[in-house]
Amino acid sequence: MADPIHQFEIHNIVSFGQIGGHEIALTNSALYMAITVVGIAALLVGASASRALVPGRMQSVAELTYEFVADTIQSTAGTEGMKFFPFVFTIFTFILFANVIGLVPYSFTVTSHIIITAMLALLVFFTVVIYGFWRHGLHFFKLFVPRGVPVYILPMIVAIEVLSFLSRPVSHSIRLFANMLAGHITLKVFAGFVTLLGAWGIAGWFGATIPLALVVVLTALELLVAFLQAYVFAILTCIYLNDAIHPGH
Amino acid sequence: MDPVAAKYIGAGIACIGMGGAGVGVGIIFGNYLAAALRNPSAAQGQFGNLIFGFAITEALGIFSLLIALLLLFAL
Repeated sequence: MADPIHQFEIHNIVSFGQIGGHEIALTNSALYMAITVVGIAALLVGASASRALVPGRMQSVAELTYEFVADTIQSTAGTEGMKFFPFVFTIFTFILFANVIGLVPYSFTVTSHIIITAMLALLVFFTVVIYGFWRHGLHFFKLFVPRGVPVYILPMIVAIEVLSFLSRPVSHSIRLFANMLAGHITLKVFAGFVTLLGAWGIAGWFGATIPLALVVVLTALELLVAFLQAYVFAILTCIYLNDAIHPGH
Repeated sequence: MDPVAAKYIGAGIACIGMGGAGVGVGIIFGNYLAAALRNPSAAQGQFGNLIFGFAITEALGIFSLLIALLLLFAL
């Protein structure tokens, strides 16, 4: 059976030589990130080129995306959170496009690598910490002291709050990465069953229709997951930013 | 015991943890649906909370999947 992990291999496309013993190369990961960014830019620039009062099809897509993200920020982080709109919109569209482009057969899923999602999650984490301290100074520590908690259990609550705050980038990055990884492995394993059964002759061909149908259903499910995980990443970003804007629960 | 066999058994045991996350996600969506059918007008406003709870619950199941993947491919 074909190796289901093979699709996640990173290989060089163009190598530019070495700097300080490290190879500098254009990999397939970098290529697909570039395709993602060009795709988003083409959609948004192309959609807003005409600026019609009554939007056409493409302009509606861009406007709906804008309003969707704006509503998410306003409902979770308040109107003050709107100053982070470009940040959240960039993260949401990048992950959404990377996930959906990754579903195209023979393509590469950028978000299925922990290094990419970890960098995104750390970016969010440090934005929250730096903005929180810049905006509130030492009052930012009120985030770890919930109001109305009896004094005798306060030390334990503070310890738990600090731990959960520090584990945020871990769960934030692993959720996206593991969902993409597991989904794509499942797809490839079921696709492997099709070829395995197909090799048995006529009887196998009939049997192979069952995993083939499952692959179709799973692809539809993965499309939902691709959108849902981009939304989850964006809404968690908003909730974490809300802590930086309004600490002290 | 053969270390490779022990590794595969460990990966299988680690995946049991995902069942707990499955129960949790089911409770969240079930309760949301029950509440949404009682008061459909308030359902849309709680969609963000639904997704947030789902994400927090799912993360725990994903951790056990991660342990299984680490056992299979990284160690």
